[in-house]
Amino acid sequence: MSILIDRNTRVLTQGITGKTGMFHTKMCQEYAFGKECFVAGVTPKKGGQSYEGIPIFDSVKEAKEQTGANVSVIYVPPPFAAAAIDEAVEAELDLVICITEGIPVRDMIRTRYKMQGKKTVLIGPNCPGLITPDEIKIGIMPGHIHKKGPIGVVSRSGTLTYEAVGQLRELGLGQSSCVGIGGDPVNGMKHIDVLKLFNQDPHTEAVIMVGEIGGDDEETCARWIKDNMTKPVIGFIAGVTAPPGKRMGHAGAIISGGHGTAQEKLSVMEACGIKVTRNPAEMGKTLKSVLK
Amino acid sequence: MKIHEYQAKEILRQYGVPTPRGIPCFSVDEAIQAGRTLASSVAVVKAQIHAGGRGKGGGVKVAKSPDELKTYAGQIFGMNLVTHQTGPQGQPVRRLLIEEGADIKKELYIGMVVDRKSQRVALMASPEGGMDIEEVAEKSPDKILTVLIDPMTGLTLEQCNTVSQFIGVEQELWPQSATLLQGLYKAFDEKDASLAEINPMVVTGDKRVLALDAKMNFDSNALYRHPEIVALRDLDEEDPSEIEASRFDLSYISLDGNIGCLVNGAGLAMATMDIVKLYGGNPANFLDVGGGATTEKVTEAFKLMLKNPDLKAILVNIFGGIMKCDVIATGVVEAAKQVKLSVPLVVRLEGTNVELGKQILAQSGLPIISANNMADAAEKVVAAARG
Repeated sequence: MSILIDRNTRVLTQGITGKTGMFHTKMCQEYAFGKECFVAGVTPKKGGQSYEGIPIFDSVKEAKEQTGANVSVIYVPPPFAAAAIDEAVEAELDLVICITEGIPVRDMIRTRYKMQGKKTVLIGPNCPGLITPDEIKIGIMPGHIHKKGPIGVVSRSGTLTYEAVGQLRELGLGQSSCVGIGGDPVNGMKHIDVLKLFNQDPHTEAVIMVGEIGGDDEETCARWIKDNMTKPVIGFIAGVTAPPGKRMGHAGAIISGGHGTAQEKLSVMEACGIKVTRNPAEMGKTLKSVLK
Repeated sequence: MKIHEYQAKEILRQYGVPTPRGIPCFSVDEAIQAGRTLASSVAVVKAQIHAGGRGKGGGVKVAKSPDELKTYAGQIFGMNLVTHQTGPQGQPVRRLLIEEGADIKKELYIGMVVDRKSQRVALMASPEGGMDIEEVAEKSPDKILTVLIDPMTGLTLEQCNTVSQFIGVEQELWPQSATLLQGLYKAFDEKDASLAEINPMVVTGDKRVLALDAKMNFDSNALYRHPEIVALRDLDEEDPSEIEASRFDLSYISLDGNIGCLVNGAGLAMATMDIVKLYGGNPANFLDVGGGATTEKVTEAFKLMLKNPDLKAILVNIFGGIMKCDVIATGVVEAAKQVKLSVPLVVRLEGTNVELGKQILAQSGLPIISANNMADAAEKVVAAARG
């Protein structure tokens, strides 16, 4: 079992005719049930063409109607990516995964505003995507390092997620689903949203939560875990040594009440009963130590 | 991206934000001339550097005569200004702003920033102007009001009045205060700012509301649509290594340690710095080569790190995903040959085609220290740096 996506998911790719879109669509198609899962592509004015046997449509609405796609993955370049999300939301897809890095924050503020009250869930932008091992991969992560199993993984970064997955594999531990929520300040699903899903998933037995400096999503999630989570969670926060003010604007730290440092996050997580490690080489080992 | 105070004020004036009259100057002579042009009884000489805390560092002086202006301009221009934001090495002053003096009755704080939680622009206001807002937040958080701005309606008059009341602007001046606040938000929004601060916003003896200081930072992701903002960039104010890095699409931040780190991905790069520190070392930099670590990029990254005279060792930590380890190993070997590597190099590769990658490193004939995992890599690089 898994969260958000499985072999029955039907995916359309927005920006399928760009270099990145083509490359990753092919990689995803080659992974597990990818051939059945990736059913449509969308590029305006290129409707009627096809790529690797995948029909291309002019709009998301049309692609959805013609193929039954319920999930979209976006590789559209940054100036147009927020509008691509808007289009997928308008077409009432269940889930949109935006891989694109470098979308202006102003665009994302407006896109998130328009998403209020809509059914569509967003992951990203600026994320590696998500994978349910041995079933489906939607995004840019290397499929072969994953393995089916009982561990849920949620992370704000790409390669650090692969690192966690790689460590789990070394210890023989597979994953139910791995979700990269991305590192942008204004985005879709947060740690807490993914943790709620892992909590409900009968086949997820424990979760690795990987965070980084900035904002207070990890703290919010930790408090929720303390009161609600029935499964063990372990955590790592990247950026203990990051100099203050370099990535966060100086007024940015104020708004979350002085929070946002790695130390602060780790303390809150520990106080909420999450076993944390300060050593990124020990994420897998720490997870194994909490398994029943 | 950061700009100078005088540039921020020029932008804000375009949006109807009232500021004191002022003239930017690039020499002491220009400053003297600017004093004459302004012809105000009191003039303020303000150092223009990107860092905050200029006043405390001696970079802002009030001149009550043309002679004083000349003296102060001479003192400040070219001085090495040290503030809590410049670091101990300070920042040379290459530009001045000469401004008419203001009869200040009240100093207030206004800031705008993107709030992650609400996913909106937040306006922060405080009656404690002129101070470090971090200090206010810590000591008296009840003196800060946060207002969230609806992206569709913008900052409303009602919200402006709430802010004016909270920070103690007399009611008869609320319309003036609203003009300033709404102009500030419009500038923030239309120019894709990531931070804007008016500290202080002042009420003067002749009942005017003015932006006495101004600071604006911009979202680097949005610069493609603002050539007018890009034109304001002052490379003298930026770290030369960071400028060099940005030319090659590398994300680089200089730090004060001696172990260079070259990593793919921001999260893994931070985690690599963390583990180096955990094993008793001190990272010399943050460096994310991104997803497409080509030979050219790796070579440039090596060159950048080697410019640091304190550098004692380099750690390459790559988790090859789509980017295959053999390709990266070839890049590392090529780069190491090209730059004539003078310090020990520890390489940790993981992911796609890792065995092939390790083989390439081993057969290169270069004294590369291979590591099997992050902990092993950190241990080895820290030992190598100690010599």
